[in-house]
Amino acid sequence: MTERVHDIAVTVNGEEVRETVDARKTLVDFLRDDLALTGSHVGCEHGVCGACTVRVDGVIVRGCLMLAVQCDGARVDTIEGVSDSGEIADLQQAFEQRNALQCGYCTPGMLLTAQELLKGGGVPSREVIRTHLSGNYCRCTGYQAIVDAVESVARARAGHG
Amino acid sequence: MKPAPFAYARARSVAQAIELLAHEEARLLAGGQSLIATLNMRLSAPRLLIDLNGIGGLDGIARNDGWLEIGALVRHAQAERSAEIARHAPLIAAALPHIGHPAIRNRGTIGGSIAFADPAAELPACLLALGGELVIAGPQGSRNVKADDFFKGLFETALTPHDVLTAIRVPAADAGTRSGFAEFARRHGDYAIAGLAAAARADGKGLRDVRLAFFGVGATPLRARQAETALGGGDVAAAVKALEQDLNPPDDVQATGAVKKHLAGVLLQRVSRQLLEARS
Repeated sequence: MTERVHDIAVTVNGEEVRETVDARKTLVDFLRDDLALTGSHVGCEHGVCGACTVRVDGVIVRGCLMLAVQCDGARVDTIEGVSDSGEIADLQQAFEQRNALQCGYCTPGMLLTAQELLKGGGVPSREVIRTHLSGNYCRCTGYQAIVDAVESVARARAGHG
Repeated sequence: MKPAPFAYARARSVAQAIELLAHEEARLLAGGQSLIATLNMRLSAPRLLIDLNGIGGLDGIARNDGWLEIGALVRHAQAERSAEIARHAPLIAAALPHIGHPAIRNRGTIGGSIAFADPAAELPACLLALGGELVIAGPQGSRNVKADDFFKGLFETALTPHDVLTAIRVPAADAGTRSGFAEFARRHGDYAIAGLAAAARADGKGLRDVRLAFFGVGATPLRARQAETALGGGDVAAAVKALEQDLNPPDDVQATGAVKKHLAGVLLQRVSRQLLEARS
């Protein structure tokens, strides 16, 4: 019970996965290295940049600040899952249309973080959008286009596009 | 970087967590939002991580005998949504949005923030300003420690390596309670360059029982006692001047001590206005 290696069962993007993991393996490394889900990116590895953002049991977390072993029994959604399901198709389209990405490294984390805000409903102010995205670094865009994209989706979803 | 190898155990009860702490170089894992970062950077390399997240009953928020008790495993996001905290601990409610970012607040816990005692963190200062208490379970049973006696030094608290912090308690706010909060950070959600959590009682048009807890300006959250006295006397300018004696911030990577001291004065002016406003 105080072992370095553990068996875990995790529901990843709706599919149950059983794996044996080192206790020290972070969730994002598990997703990338063991499951080949490389859409979640590894940036700073200490919780600052937000590139590794994934959802665990419905809420966004830092994939580098959670251990895979802690996800035993949990439901994990990655950018691959929410892309395939179509849940954020409008947001992805808005990012593309408004040039809200250049290199794309931050984009999966940015999309999942924005989606959590948008799921709250309504049309958040630009300041609220910026504050909500404050934990996700983008080194290309200067953020303006990202805020534009999130704001436009919020308006469209609220029915006054 | 990646963490050095360690063993992992999921505690099912506080008693079991305390038993596991008998292992050499064991560390408790709550939200992990600071601990796992230090593991990744190999600033910390415990042999055993004891995961507290499976323990039931530590995530309650309840009012009891004039106190609001917040379980150690209450996550920041849960606390942000809590009507009890908004009503009975408005200082904590004001501080919560400044803690990290949404993804961090979804995991990070109230108990973890306080037990870790980062000198630039918001919640330790709030607990100190409110004159709160900590509920600590150890091999000899449970004890309460006052916030004034808890923060001992840089990342050093009254917790021994055999203890588990199970809850914090703060006096429940009522109509006479005043509180104020402000901080300066480079980016919203980053650790503060300097911050101030404050509590007081309304006394006519003035204030009494003023408690000013600055953070990011020393090894622990710090009370500014001469400024408290001056503000209780209604003199904001004298309170700001008193910070010269109360605070002696060291330089750090974010700012020099002189800048921090200046910012402390600006914070005190802003927070004084909040304290003097009647609650709506």
